[in-house]
Amino acid sequence: MEKNRFDMGDIDIAWCPGCGNFRILQTVQETLEKMGKAPEEVVFVSGIGQAAKTPHYMKSHFFNGLHGRALPAATAIKAANPGLTVIAESGDGDMYGEGGNHLIHTMRRNPNITNIVHNNMVYGLTKGQASPTSRLGMVTPVQVHGVFEEPFNPMAMAIAMNASFVARAFSGHPEQTGEIIRQAIEHKGYALVDVFQPCVSFNKMNTLKWFADNTWYVDGSYNPTDRAEAFKTVTAEGKFALGVLYVNERRIPFEENLPAYKRSNTPLYMRSPDREKLAELIATRK
Amino acid sequence: MINDVTIVLGGQAGQGIQTIEFILARVLKRSGYHVFSTKEYMSRIRGGQNTITLRAADRPVSALTRHIDILLPLDPGILEHVADRMTVDTVILGDAEALSLDRAVLDAPISRIAREAGGKIYESTAAVGVLAGILEADQTILRDYLRVYFRGKKPKVIDQNCAAADLGYAAGRKLCEDGSLSYSIARDEKTADRILVNGAEAVALGAIAGGCNFISSYPMSPSTGVLTFLASHDDTFDIVAEQAEDEIAAVNMAVAAWYAGARAMATTSGGGLALMGEGISLAGVLETPLVIHLAQRPGPGTGLPTRTEQGDLELALYAGHGEFPRVIYAPGTIEEAFLLSARAFNTAARCQVPVFVLTDQYTMDTYYDIPEFELEAISVEKHIVETNAGYQRYRLTEDGVSPRGVPGYGSGLIAADSDEHDEDGHITESMTVRNAQVDKRLGKMELIMKDPVPPVLTGPEDFRVLLVGWGSTCQPIREGLERSGRTDTAHLHFPQVYPLPHQAQGYLEQAEKVIVVENNATAQFGKLLILHGGREPDGAILKYDGLPFTVEELADAITEID
Repeated sequence: MEKNRFDMGDIDIAWCPGCGNFRILQTVQETLEKMGKAPEEVVFVSGIGQAAKTPHYMKSHFFNGLHGRALPAATAIKAANPGLTVIAESGDGDMYGEGGNHLIHTMRRNPNITNIVHNNMVYGLTKGQASPTSRLGMVTPVQVHGVFEEPFNPMAMAIAMNASFVARAFSGHPEQTGEIIRQAIEHKGYALVDVFQPCVSFNKMNTLKWFADNTWYVDGSYNPTDRAEAFKTVTAEGKFALGVLYVNERRIPFEENLPAYKRSNTPLYMRSPDREKLAELIATRK
Repeated sequence: MINDVTIVLGGQAGQGIQTIEFILARVLKRSGYHVFSTKEYMSRIRGGQNTITLRAADRPVSALTRHIDILLPLDPGILEHVADRMTVDTVILGDAEALSLDRAVLDAPISRIAREAGGKIYESTAAVGVLAGILEADQTILRDYLRVYFRGKKPKVIDQNCAAADLGYAAGRKLCEDGSLSYSIARDEKTADRILVNGAEAVALGAIAGGCNFISSYPMSPSTGVLTFLASHDDTFDIVAEQAEDEIAAVNMAVAAWYAGARAMATTSGGGLALMGEGISLAGVLETPLVIHLAQRPGPGTGLPTRTEQGDLELALYAGHGEFPRVIYAPGTIEEAFLLSARAFNTAARCQVPVFVLTDQYTMDTYYDIPEFELEAISVEKHIVETNAGYQRYRLTEDGVSPRGVPGYGSGLIAADSDEHDEDGHITESMTVRNAQVDKRLGKMELIMKDPVPPVLTGPEDFRVLLVGWGSTCQPIREGLERSGRTDTAHLHFPQVYPLPHQAQGYLEQAEKVIVVENNATAQFGKLLILHGGREPDGAILKYDGLPFTVEELADAITEID
C-alpha cells in the first residue's frame, strides 16, 4: 500500500492506547487521500483538548489556536484564501462548551469549511469532568451527584440554525465515517460532522460497545433535505441516528457573499491596496 | 476684532446639530477659514444634551477651547450644560421667543426663516445660513455645497434648502451690520486644498494605505467608526469586513487571517480589549502579526460609554498572559493617526508582534483641516516568503524573526501552534527548546527598539520644565503652552509610548522638572517613565471627568508650574 500523504510517519502521539481519536485521525487521512487532496492545500484548525491535538499528527498546514476558538479562526483562514480546504477539527468541550457562541454564529455565516467534532461525552485533557454532551446521571470528580444539566444536542441546534450540512458518525465504523466526512468536505458551506468516540480513560459509561448498541443509520428512504423530519429524527428519544441528517444546498457560502471576491478569487496575501482609489477617496474630503 | 471664533452648537440628540456642523465646517473651510470641530454627547439615541464645538480661525487650529464666543442652543437645557464655558462675552444666538431664556438672546429667527423657506425641516439649513452670514462665508460656496450635500433630493427640496440658507445668511449679515456682532477672520486661500478628516477616518484610511484588507470587530463606542468606514468601502478596496459575534471571535479571526496572509485589524474599546486578552497572547506565541485599534473611553466596567479618557494604556501594555513583545502607538494628531495606523501594519508584519494604535473618543470625533495625506511616503511591506518543503515556521534566527510563510504559497507546510513548540511548530515540553523559543520571541524587542517613532519636542530647546504627553493631549498641550507664554518650558509628545523610544533619554535627563499631562487619574505614562525611562515625574496634570483637556485649562495649569 502506498504511504498516505497526510501520514506523519513514526511520531509520538499523546493519546491513550485504544482512544477513538486514532480511528478518526486515520479515517480523515484516508478520506483526504482518496479525494486527491494534497497536504499543501489543506489547513486543519483546532483549539485545545486531546482531539485538538489531531492536526499535530496530520501532515498538512495547521493552526492550533485557543480553547474554543477554532471556528472564528477557520472562518478567517477560508475568507483570507478561499482556495484552501479548511477543516476545523476538535472535541466536544472545545466546540460545544468553550466555543458555543462561535458555533451558533458560524452556522449563521456558513463559511465553506468542515467542522469535525470528536464527541466522547467527557473531558479528557482535564481528567474526567462532564462535557456539554455528557449524559444525565454521569458521575465525575466535579459532577459528584451525577450530571443533572440537559445534554447539549448539536444536531438539533444545527438543524434549528439551518446549518447547511449536519451529520453524525461513529469512530467504530471507519468506512461509513469516511464517506460522511467526504460528503462534508465536498459540501459547499459549513458542514458539521459530530463523531461519537469512546474515551477509554474517563468515560466508563459510553464505551465502544455502548455507542454501537445505541446508534442506528438513516437509510436510502431518509430525505435529508426535509428539515422538519430531520429535526424529529435528531430529537427522538432512544438511539442516536447516524448519517447525513440534514442538508440545505440553497445557502450561499460566506466567502461568496464577500465583495472582496466578486471580481477575483485571488487570495488576500497576493493583493495590494489600490493607491489611486485611495487618493481619490482622500481628495473627496477637501 | 476676533480672528478665532469658537461656536458651540447644542441640542438634544436628533435635533440636527450634526447636520449644521457638517455643512458649516465644510463651507467655512472652502471659504478660506481654518476650522476645528469636536463633539461631546450622551449615551442615548434621542434627547439629552450634546454639543459640538466649532472653531473658525485665520490660522490652523487643532485643539478644543473652553470659552464660547457664540452659543447656538436648540434646546434651553444646553445653557446649564455649558454654564462653565460661558463668559461675559458669550453671545447666545437663537430664536429668542422659542428659547424664552432669562438671559439676553441675540435674535436669529431660525424657525421663522425655515417656515418662510418651506417648513420646519429647513431649520438646520437656516441655522447654517445665519452662522455663515455672521462669519461672512462665501455665499456662492454655501449654495454650491448645499446642492452637493442634498443631491438626490427633489429639486424643490434643494431649492428650499438654498432659500433657507439665503434668508439665514441675510439675517446673519444684518446682525453684524447693525453692530451686534463683529468678527474679522482673514482668509487663507490654501484651505481649499486642505482636507477634513476625523480621527476615525484617519485611522481607517491609514489602515487601507498600510494594506489592511481584513477587519473583524464587534461594535463598541467609540471605536466603531473605524469598522463602519472600512465596511462602507469594502467593495472599493476589497476588504473583508465582518461584524464578529464578540471581541473574542474578532481577535481570533484577525490573528488567523494574518496566518493565512491577510493584513487584519480589530477595532475595539477597553471592555472589548479586555475580552481580547487571550487572543493577543495567542498572536504573541504564534508570532503572527496583529493590529489592534483601541479607542479608549472611561472605565471601569461600562464607565462613560461616549466620553474620552486615556485610562487603558496599562491595559494595552499588559493585555494577554505570558511574556512577549508588543508595540503601542498613540497618535496625537490627525496626520499621526493616519501615518501610525499605516505603519502599524508594516511593524506588525516585519516584527511578527501585536501592534496597538491607541486613540480615544476625543481623537475619533475630532477633525481640523490638514494638508492632504502623502501616500508616496507609505509602502506596504508584506514580509512573506515563498516556502519550500522542510520549511520551519519557528526557525531560530539571529534577530528572532522567522521568515513568515503562508498556506498555499510554496510547497512548505505552515504549522502555527499556541502550545510551546519547536522550530517545526509542533508541541514540545523540552526545556531547552522552551528557552530557545522564549529568547527568540523576546529577542524581537531589540529589532523593535532599533526603529522607534521618536518623541516630538515643541518649544525651546533649552527648556527647564518638560511637559510630557502622549496621544490626544498633543494639540491641547501645544496650544496651552503657547498661550501660557512660558519660555522655560517645552512639550515632549510621544506618538510611540511602548517601547519607550531611546530618543527620550536626553530630554528626560535635561529636564529639571518633568510634568506628565494625561487624561486619566493615575498618570499611567508617568509610571511607564519610571519603569522604562528611569525618570520619576515631578508632577502631573490629570483630568478624568470624561472630557478632553481644553486649551485654556492647560494654559492655566502650565502657568502655575513653579
